[in-house]
Formats: sequence, C-alpha cells, structure tokens
Amino acid sequence: MKLETIAWPGSYGDQAKPRMGFFTDTSVCIGCKACEVACKEWNQIPMSVQGFTGHSYDNTIDLGANSWRHVAFIEQRKPVDADGDGSLSQVAARASLAEDQGLATYQEGDGIRWLMASDVCKHCTEAACLEVCPTGALFRTEYGTVVVQEDVCNGCGYCVPACPFGVLDQRQDDGRVWKCTLCYDRLKDEKEPACAQACPTNSIQYGELGELREGAEHRLAQLQHAGQREARLYLADDDDGVGGASAFFLLLDEPEVYGLPPDPVDSRRELGSIWAATAAAALALGAGLVAAALGGRR
Amino acid sequence: MTDPGPAAEPARSYHGQPVIKEPVWTWEIPCYFFTGGLAGASAGLAYLSERRGNEVLARRAWAAALVGATASPILLISDLGRPARFLNMLRMFKVTSPMSVGSWILAAQGASTGLVALHAWSGRLARPAALARPAAALLGLPLSTYTAALVANTAVPVWHESRGLLPFVFGAGAALSAGAAAVAVTPPRHAAPARRLALLGAACELGAKELMERRLGELGEPYRQGPASTLGHVARACIAAGAAVLATRGASSRAAAVAGGVLLGTGALSARWSVFKAGFGSASDPRYVVGAQRERIAAGQTPGAARTAPRVASPRSELGSPATAS
Repeated sequence: MKLETIAWPGSYGDQAKPRMGFFTDTSVCIGCKACEVACKEWNQIPMSVQGFTGHSYDNTIDLGANSWRHVAFIEQRKPVDADGDGSLSQVAARASLAEDQGLATYQEGDGIRWLMASDVCKHCTEAACLEVCPTGALFRTEYGTVVVQEDVCNGCGYCVPACPFGVLDQRQDDGRVWKCTLCYDRLKDEKEPACAQACPTNSIQYGELGELREGAEHRLAQLQHAGQREARLYLADDDDGVGGASAFFLLLDEPEVYGLPPDPVDSRRELGSIWAATAAAALALGAGLVAAALGGRR
Repeated sequence: MTDPGPAAEPARSYHGQPVIKEPVWTWEIPCYFFTGGLAGASAGLAYLSERRGNEVLARRAWAAALVGATASPILLISDLGRPARFLNMLRMFKVTSPMSVGSWILAAQGASTGLVALHAWSGRLARPAALARPAAALLGLPLSTYTAALVANTAVPVWHESRGLLPFVFGAGAALSAGAAAVAVTPPRHAAPARRLALLGAACELGAKELMERRLGELGEPYRQGPASTLGHVARACIAAGAAVLATRGASSRAAAVAGGVLLGTGALSARWSVFKAGFGSASDPRYVVGAQRERIAAGQTPGAARTAPRVASPRSELGSPATAS
C-alpha cells in the first residue's frame, strides 16, 4: 500500500499529517441525507433547489459547487437473495408480480432492491483538478487532501471538465469553483468532517487512509462471505487510473449505476504525448509558414 | 445506425445523468481559439514576409497579429469567473497545466507583438523590436497549437481521445486564419504568400478534422449531431467555397480576395466552434464516458477501479460496520 502523492508528504516535511480520508460503505447507507445537511450547515453552502426530479428520492441530482455530498438513490427490480432464501419459482413469481402487474410496493421481498450511496469528492492520489489549475488555487494539504483556496481561484473553469468524476463546478453569481474540502478547518482542530459525524449508520467512516483500507477489506470479505457477490471496493487500490483516492467506496453494483466512472483516469498520464503532438503540430505550422512564404516567386 | 450487435450492451448510468461535468466556458473561448491562432500564425507570416522584402504584406500581417494578440487576452479575461483576478494566471508556471503554459506563451507573444507595433508607429525601441520580431513569430507557433493540448488534457472523451490529431487541426486552422486575414486586406499582387498559406491551411484543416472525426468512431458522434454538426457543415462549406474563390480569382480580383478571405475566416472560426461544442455533447452523455471506459476494461487493458475480491482471507467482524457486525 503506497499512500504518497506528488506533494504529500514530501513537501510538508515535519508538518505532514497522516493521510486522512473517507470510506463510504454504501451497504449500510439508509439514504437519510444527514451528510448532505451537515455538510451544507457546516460549510455554509448556498441553497440549491433543483425541483422534483423523479429520480427516486434524489432531488440533489449530482455533486457540484453547492452540493459537496450527494446521496444517490437507485431502484432496481432484481431479487435480493443475499441469504439464499426463496426458491426459483418464488423469485420468478415476485418478479412477474412486479413487472406484469406493476405492483411495486417497496416492501421487502417484492423483488425491488434499493441502493443508496453518499458520493463526495474523491481527493485522488493523482488529482487532475490540482494538476491543471493554472493559479495554484487547488493544492494538496498536509492531510493529503485536495482543497480549493477561495482567495486565489479566478474561475478559469479548467478543473471542471478535467475532473474524471465531475465533482467540481463553478458557482453561479460567484464565479469561483467549489468542492468538498474534507472539512479542512475541522481537521485542523482534530475534529472529524461534518458528514462523517452526522452519519447515523457509520456508512461514512473517517480516519487514516491506511486503516480505512484495512477495515474495508474485512468488510468486503464479510459481505462476499454472506453471499453479496456484487459487493466491490471502488478506488481502494494504488494501481487504478487515479492512483487510488482518499475517499473510496464499497458498492453493491457496477460504479456507473451510481453515476461513477468504471475506469477513471487522470488525463495527466497522457500529457507527455499531448505535449509531443502539440510541439510536432507547432513545427508543422512553422514548416507550412516557411513553405508558403518562400515558395513561389515572391 | 447499424445494429451494434449483442455484445454491445447499452452503458448503464445513474438516471441518465452525466458522469463528468460539461465545461463552463462560454462563447469567448472558441473565439479565442480563433484569435490566438490568428495572432500566432500572422506573426510568423509577417516576419517571413519581412525577411523576403514584402513590406506590404508584412505590415498587414503584423496588424492582424496585433488584432489577434489584443483580442485574445480580452476574451480570456472576460470568460473568467473572477475577471479582476486575471493576474493570478501568472502566479506560477506549471507544465502540468496547458492553461498555465499557454498564459505565459500568450503574454510573451502578445508583448513581443506589441513591441513590434510600438516601433512601427513611433520609431522608438528599435533594438528591442528587432528581437521581438523573431520572438513573436516563434512563440506564435505554440500559441497556435497549445489550445488543443488544453482541451485534450481533460476527461472529455471527444477531446481527450483525439489528442494526437487535435493540435494539427488547430495548427492548420491557425495557418488558414492568418492566410485568410492577410488575403482579405492585402492587394492581390503582394498577397501570393498569404494565398498559399490560406490554401495550404484550408486543405490541412479539412483533411485533419475529417480524419480526427473518423478515427474517433462512436466517440465522434457529437460531431455528427446538434450544434457541433451544424458548425462543422458551415465550416466545410465556407472553407471549400473560400478556397475555390481564392484559387481561381484571388490573384486577379481584389473583391474575390476579400470574399475568399472572409469565407475562409468564417470557416476557421466555425471549425474551432464545432470542436468546442462537440466537447459539451461528449461530456453530457454518460454513454461516451462510461462506454469508452467499459471498452478498455472489456479489452483487458485495465481492471478498472472496482474490485470484488477481498485482499484478506477471512472477515474480521469487529472491523465491519456496526450495523451488520455479528
């Protein structure tokens, strides 16, 4: 397990703190949205009324400048046979009841599975937002997290399409970008982030990243052992496209079902080839100019 | 559309919501792609024409470079969420940020072009201006192509996946823009190098953009839909018509030269705008983002970011979540 980032802990020397993060265990999320509320309250985030979406109980829609935690709600018509009970005919009967008769009462055993998950900025090991930020407003803290300095950001917007998770966004009427700070201010006072403190089921766990990862492995083993074959850890490894992340997740389906990219990659990994193509194109333009100016009689 | 076959399942998504954010950039940015290329390639054309003794063309090309170099920072600052903080762009130099590198290139190229203009008008600062001429011409080359690196270095599939060709499309567009501007304002008998540049740029722009769109395959769909498609058609029509006018009558008729230049300039601007708009279509549809990533996983190039196999042999219940710990 390699937790280092480019700037952490190296650039902090003695001042470096352990790398802190979130482990969001979605298998125990009850969709109460206490995390969303606690985050808004503590960080004094402006209201964001988006109207009724019809996306189950989700009217927050996505992460953005004014939503730093977002609880996703997914309703799936599939039998939940974690315990292995129910014969094939029972399962089929339930499924046909739900599909043919339109009976979906959201009671246990109706063949409806409800997934809930609290999403947040991942604080990637290789953070594209931080790398493309031209002003240095985005920086790596002593806790290994990624934070926007609101007094430096000039609202250029480069980090917005650079983030492979679509976390950052520009705040209308303010012009700057905003995102989760992993409660940088609270961490400095050795308090846990507001969302983690508010979570009633410990779905959001806060702690040292190394310890969180160890605990998550045991939780995954426990769920797999109990028959939850679809349980998986997301962003828990150093060798994925962003080098792992400070905020990682236990999911019960494919990442895209939760609105998460299945194979996010920090675009900087290709930046060498991008600069090479850019330089080659600049030289080609130079050659074209010379050919046009010197070719012909005059 | 052809049937993708049973192997290609539709990509799953969260209520059809986008996975990545659309850019927040507005109309200033495609305009800047155009003016930046105009400034960059015009300086090169001006410098080389000067060296060849074609003062008539050189003066006009320097003027076009000055117009581009003046409009560019105004457009960029106006697009910022906090325009008053534009100087923060020069707070550091970061090679990992094409926008940071580009800001320095634009600042240096703009200052050089400004010096050339100052000397031309006032006759002062002759020695710095002598250095500024080749500097503006040389810096104009990366100024014309770095904007492609800027958009390619994002998570937007239609930009990122065309990273090898996009700089050539932008470089060709810059040649086209500079040639078109010079042709439109220069008497035809002095404008031969500009005509050659415009026609060369037109051919390369059309060819490179077409090749780029084809190589993108399914990811290139945003170029065939909505505003990006419309702008692409406008660009192709204007460039083809402008090139035809210029090639047939450009050397003999001033009116034809002006018409050809305007058509080619409009085409170059539309082409930049088409690339810009395609990025929005690509980012807003989770099919492109998830689909490309699922293909990588299916092809075995990467395991992806999720893993079902635990790295411990047996669960330790006290470390599980309190809700289910036994």
